[in-house]
Amino acid sequence: MAKKKFVIGCFDDEAVLFPAVKKVRTAGYKIHDVYTPFAVHGLDHAMGLRETSLHTAGFIYGITGTTTALSCISWIFTKDWPLNIGGKPHFALPAWIPITFELTVLFAAVGMVLTFCYLCQLAPFVKKHHFHARSTDDLFVMVIECTDKTNTDDLQAFLTSGGAVETNVQVAEEGWWLGRYDQDEMPFQTKEIVAA
Amino acid sequence: MASIRLQFEIPGKMKTWSLGLIGVGLFALIFGLVTKGFSSDEHEQVHFWGTLMYNTIFWTLICNASMFFICITTLAMGGWQQSFRRIPEAISTMVPIFGSITFAVLIYVVVSDKHHIYHWLDKEAVAKDVILTGKAGFLNAKFFIIWTTLAIGFWSFLGWRMRQLSNEADAAPMDNETGAKFILRNTVRAALFTVWFALTVGSTVPWLWMMSIDAHWYSTMYSWYTFASTFVSGMSLIALWLIYMKNKGYMELTSQEHLHDVGKFMFAFSIFWTYLWFSQYMLIWYANIPEETIYFKHRVQGAYKPIFFLNLIINFLCPLIILMKRSAKRNYTLVAFMAVLIIFGHWIDFYQMVMGSLIKEKVELGWLDFGILSFFVGMMIFFVGRALASKPLIPKYHPFLKESIIHQV
Repeated sequence: MAKKKFVIGCFDDEAVLFPAVKKVRTAGYKIHDVYTPFAVHGLDHAMGLRETSLHTAGFIYGITGTTTALSCISWIFTKDWPLNIGGKPHFALPAWIPITFELTVLFAAVGMVLTFCYLCQLAPFVKKHHFHARSTDDLFVMVIECTDKTNTDDLQAFLTSGGAVETNVQVAEEGWWLGRYDQDEMPFQTKEIVAA
Repeated sequence: MASIRLQFEIPGKMKTWSLGLIGVGLFALIFGLVTKGFSSDEHEQVHFWGTLMYNTIFWTLICNASMFFICITTLAMGGWQQSFRRIPEAISTMVPIFGSITFAVLIYVVVSDKHHIYHWLDKEAVAKDVILTGKAGFLNAKFFIIWTTLAIGFWSFLGWRMRQLSNEADAAPMDNETGAKFILRNTVRAALFTVWFALTVGSTVPWLWMMSIDAHWYSTMYSWYTFASTFVSGMSLIALWLIYMKNKGYMELTSQEHLHDVGKFMFAFSIFWTYLWFSQYMLIWYANIPEETIYFKHRVQGAYKPIFFLNLIINFLCPLIILMKRSAKRNYTLVAFMAVLIIFGHWIDFYQMVMGSLIKEKVELGWLDFGILSFFVGMMIFFVGRALASKPLIPKYHPFLKESIIHQV
C-alpha cells in the first residue's frame, strides 16, 4: 500500500496528447498511465508499452483445456468405464472433438478473463484511484510519477506548455487497495497546509 | 501524393514467366486432350475432363472470391481495404475469362453426355433409379446449362458493375454529398452481388458442378465447404499479389497493418474450413449409414488416404500453428509462404473432391494435373498483371481512403 506522488495533466485533444506524450518521455519523466475515455489507436506504441502477454497466456490455457479434455475422456472411455455406444470403437476420436473444442474455448476464455482482471488489478471489493472523473467522459488524463527530485511546479508548467488544459498534483495509491471509501482517509488527496 | 506510384508497369520477367507457364500448360492441355480427352478409353476420358473440371472450377471460384471480398467489406462499411482494393478488383477480372473456360468445359461434358462423370446424364439409369428420379427436377441437363450460364454471367456482370463504380473514385474529388451517394451506390451493387453469390456459390453451384458427380450422395455442408475452401484460397491469392506489389515498390499506402488483417482472414477461414470439414465428416461417421459413408470409404480407407490427411495437415494444422502468432501475420515472407501453401492445399482439396469420386481405385496425380495447373496460374498472372496496369493502383478520391491510410490493428 505504497502511496506515491503524481502530477496529472489533462488534455482535451488527441492531436495534442500524442506530441505531449512524446515530449514528456523525451524529457525523462516516467508516465504512470494515460487514462482515456475510449481506446486510442497507437497510444500504447507512443507510450512505449510492451506488447501484452495476454495472448500467450490464452494459448497456454487453451492447450491446457485441450489436454484436459482429451486425456480425461480417453481415460474414462477406454480404461475406467468402457461403454459400447452405437458400436463405435472405444477410442472414438471424432466424437470427442466437439467436447475438446468446447473445453479449449472454455479454459482459454475463463483463464483470459481472470488474467485480464489480474493484470488490470480489477476484482470485486477492490478500490482503485480515479485521477480525474472526466477521464471517463471527454478528457485524456496523463499521469506522471514523481520521484524525490521532481519539481512539481516545473512539471506542471511543462505540461501546460505542452497543451494541457488542467494540471494538478495528487498523492495516491499506485495500485489497488481493499477498504471502503467512506472509512478510509481519502488517500488521493493532498493534505491542505493551513497557514498559521 | 506526388511520390506515390499510381501506374503499374508489367515487369518483363513477369511477362516471360506467365507466358512460359501458359506455354507449358497449353502443351499439357493439348497433349492431354489428344491422348486422353478424345481417346476411346472411358477411363482416360474421365481422367482428362475431370482434371480440367476441378482446375477450372477452382480458379474461377477463387477469383470470384476476390469480388466477394470487396462486396462484403463494402457492405460492412469497411475502409481498411481501400488502399489495396485494386488488387482484388484486378483478380476478379479473371471471372469472365476463367468462367468462360469453366462454361465451355462443363457444357461440353453435359452436352456430349459423359455419364461417367455425371451419372445423372444417363437417362436409362435414372429411369430405373428411384433416388435419381426424385432428383431429376434439379439434376438434368437443361437446368444445369441454364443455371451455369446464369451463375457465370451474373458473377461477371455484377462484378463488372462494381469495378465500373470504383473507377469514379479516380476521376474527381468528392464533396460530402457525392461521397455519401457514391458509398450508397457501392452498397447497393455489393448487396446485389452478395445475394447472387449466396444463391450460387453459397448453395446451388457446388451441388451442380461437383457434388452431383456422386449422384446418389449428398451433404448439406458441401456448398459451404466449397465456399470456405475457395474464399481462404482467394484471400491467399490477394495476399500474394499484395506482397508481390509491395516487393516491386508499389502500394506505398498499404502496410503491415493491412497484411495483418488479410492474414487474419487467411487464419480465420482456415479454421472455418476445418469446422465445415469436420462437421461434414463427423455427422456421416456418427450416423454410419452406408449410402452416406460411401463418400469417405475410398478417401479415408482407400487409395486417397494420404491425400485426405495431407489435406487436413496443410489446410488446418499448418495455418493454425504457423499463422496464430501476431508477428507471423505481419511477416511478409511467412504470409507469402503460407499463401502458397494454402492455395496448394485447397487445390489438393478440390482434387480429392472431384477426382476422388471419379477415379476411386488409384491416385493419378501427375503431369496432367500440374500441367493444367500451370496453364491456369500463367493465365492468372498474365491477365491480373494486365488488369493492374490498366488502372491507377489507388482509388485516390475514395471517401474511405484516409481510413485505410491510417489503419492500425
